[in-house]
Amino acid sequence: MANYYTERPELKFHLNNEMMERICQLKERDYRDKDEFDYAPQDYADALDSYDKVLEITGEITGEIVAANAEGVDQEGPHHAGGRVEYASGTKQNLDAMVKAGLNGMTMPRRFGGLNFPITPYTMCAEIVAQADAGFGNIWSLQDCIETLYEFGNEDQHSRFIPRICAGETMSMDLTEPDAGSDLQSVMLKATFDEANNCWRLNGVKRFITNGDANLHLVLARSEAGTKDGRGLSMFIYDKNDGGVDVRRIENKLGIHGSPTCELVYKNAKAELCGDRKLGLIKYVMALMNGARLGIAAQSVGLSQAAYDEALAYAKDRKQFGKAIIEFPAVYDMLSTIKAKLDAGRALLYQTARYVDIYKALDDIARERKLTPEERQEQKKYAKLADAFTPLAKGMNSEYANQNAYDCIQVHGGSGFMMEYACQRIYRDARITSIYEGTTQLQTVAAIRYVTNGAYAATLREFEAQPVAPQYEACLDRIREMTAKFEACTNAVKEAQNQELLDFVARRLYEMAAVNVMSCLLLKDAEKAPELFDKSLEVYVNYAEAEVEKHFNFIRKFKAEALESYRK
Amino acid sequence: MSLKIVVLAKQVPDTRCVGKDAMNADGTINRAALPAIFNPEDLNALEQALRLKDTYPGSTVTVLTMGPGRAAEIIREGLYRGADNGYLLTDRAFAGADTLATSYALATAIRKIGEYDIIVGGRQAIDGDTAQVGPQVAEKLGLPQVTYVEEIEEVKDGRIRVKRHIDGGVETVEGPLPIVLTVNGSAAPCRPRNAKLVQKYKRALGGQEKAALTKDGAPLPYADLYEQRPYLNIVEWSVADVEGDVKQCGLSGSPTKVKKIENIIFQAKESKTISGSDAEVENLIVELLANHTIG
Repeated sequence: MANYYTERPELKFHLNNEMMERICQLKERDYRDKDEFDYAPQDYADALDSYDKVLEITGEITGEIVAANAEGVDQEGPHHAGGRVEYASGTKQNLDAMVKAGLNGMTMPRRFGGLNFPITPYTMCAEIVAQADAGFGNIWSLQDCIETLYEFGNEDQHSRFIPRICAGETMSMDLTEPDAGSDLQSVMLKATFDEANNCWRLNGVKRFITNGDANLHLVLARSEAGTKDGRGLSMFIYDKNDGGVDVRRIENKLGIHGSPTCELVYKNAKAELCGDRKLGLIKYVMALMNGARLGIAAQSVGLSQAAYDEALAYAKDRKQFGKAIIEFPAVYDMLSTIKAKLDAGRALLYQTARYVDIYKALDDIARERKLTPEERQEQKKYAKLADAFTPLAKGMNSEYANQNAYDCIQVHGGSGFMMEYACQRIYRDARITSIYEGTTQLQTVAAIRYVTNGAYAATLREFEAQPVAPQYEACLDRIREMTAKFEACTNAVKEAQNQELLDFVARRLYEMAAVNVMSCLLLKDAEKAPELFDKSLEVYVNYAEAEVEKHFNFIRKFKAEALESYRK
Repeated sequence: MSLKIVVLAKQVPDTRCVGKDAMNADGTINRAALPAIFNPEDLNALEQALRLKDTYPGSTVTVLTMGPGRAAEIIREGLYRGADNGYLLTDRAFAGADTLATSYALATAIRKIGEYDIIVGGRQAIDGDTAQVGPQVAEKLGLPQVTYVEEIEEVKDGRIRVKRHIDGGVETVEGPLPIVLTVNGSAAPCRPRNAKLVQKYKRALGGQEKAALTKDGAPLPYADLYEQRPYLNIVEWSVADVEGDVKQCGLSGSPTKVKKIENIIFQAKESKTISGSDAEVENLIVELLANHTIG
């Protein structure tokens, strides 16, 4: 009986993080639901135990059902007929099992039928599902779009839509169009108010819409005729029961075959406004994307775990020159690096999830009552940290998923290039992670202000100021030196006062910040659980130090005049 | 229409984990080496019961099991998937039961439950592989039975229609309620544990489990809850509770006597091809009878 949760003690380690106590207290409002709902926790220990048990269910379903279906789903893919999508047969089984297990609307309040779970254990479930099948992960984890409807929709919309998602209906976020990909300000889908029927009508085309035939859609559309930028866009809710949107085609993709990527045609589709007009892109989609980015970070970590599992099993089994190939330094170098990037990336993912949890729970409390000054300060602090860490978690983990999948194939040698092995699917599935929900280049854009305003450096210094056990002091010194190099590079680039130069080296600064943050987090984890993380810490800091050195050399020696050679 | 459904379930050692240390030197099962699980075909039976409950709202599903105190886990597993309640038959006098004594105990408990329309269990348990308990329960209660059930199609006007698995195909049969069904492993797999139900019932305990938790004077965790929420107390029944005859229970009620248990190692031998002529088939039968492979 495979269980993708209980077999990975690293997950339980992150679940038991000390920040969870505050998160549970806020999310559960001091456990006020316990008399009203028979499944609500009595206290912190009870809540943690419930998360653990639900993660175990998720681990069992993914280990037993989703993983077994992954290959078939990859080959069969979804079907397109009569303007609708029919999932692959394995996908239907997966979804049925997840719905019966009640793993939908996980973060929603109990009064709507949700489990009221914090983002952190929900994100763990998303990671676990992606370990088994990243494509199915999309369909299931798009349930987190409901967060945005919960945050910005009205009470009436809450009561009509949230229970449906908790009962297992699926969602999509319809943002991109043929001429509006990374540049969402150019969205053209037209929203007009139909006075006669007192509703909005949507007309136009959306492209590359994941799970585009979902039951409920959040749609970005131009409600302000004559406008051309993001301020003319609003967010709408489209309910498939109302009709008016057809799937014109399902894209033929390199990977995540189980996840239908659709081109949608809106023909006078009835829709309703979510939140206020004109705030669609600048406020709501930004919130939606931040949630989705955490989701892709989780998907990426899941893929890295899958890559590690496949590579490790093969390297132990495969014999060449009279011994298992894992005995060769060239192979165990690759394997240990995959594991180190996995552990470091996962530490970053769940640290980010915890930051998101605290500020979101406080945001939600603020809808019920006025926050105390201390709470307001706490909310501000964690909102900023979440905003700074989300692009690091998404960008770095998606790049690592790709690197790890590449190395996984490399460990397999010629067999890895054959379609019989799972590593090729992991490789193809991983490729999209550094592209969708904002490319790594766009994650850099989102993160760079925290490089230049010193937020990452301050966070790093704060981590580094905390005392560590004597055996970790040498490691901490190395990390301090890495941070000093990161700061020196940042200062040198800032002093040059050249925007193009900053944009050009931004990715390098971003990576320096990220590997330093991950080194710090892994150090903290190793102190708490040396049996799980000591080796990865050693391997990762060796790797991170070399990365920092590489970027330090590049930036220090780079002259702005050299940009000329790079321009077309 | 609402139905009263009783699911017969057994906690069994996971024989899929059988290794060198599966048996003790004295021929008994080494339970420490084999994790206790929900008998797989009983899970198929539970799924059929839960589907009836989905189709006919208001129906109730009761899990009945017999075993030591820790077999309360079987009741919890049932509750996690949608069962309404359960009873654990547990008594030293039930120990060592063969299929006859087991079916006696179960039938007595079912009479005690009183109201039932459908009694459904797995075809057989993976530890004994006898497939006798279900049919014997039916006989003792004087009820009709359908074995090898693959799917329950409909319950209407006091009758049930089911598909049963037979050699080379399926057969659709009908029978009157109340009825005993035994379900095949090829029937639909059981639904997963449900997140809300697990949170609701995770503290449900039987009396022996509570006693074990508090044996060193430790307080029972969340003790108040057991008063506020009666469903957290898993009911245990002794022989006396079900008004059973001790002589017909457990070892004393079991005509089966185990003389000896041997570890057998299967070895591949040379194959033999026969033409299929009457003479050759007859010779083969004689040979197999002679070496006790058949008969």
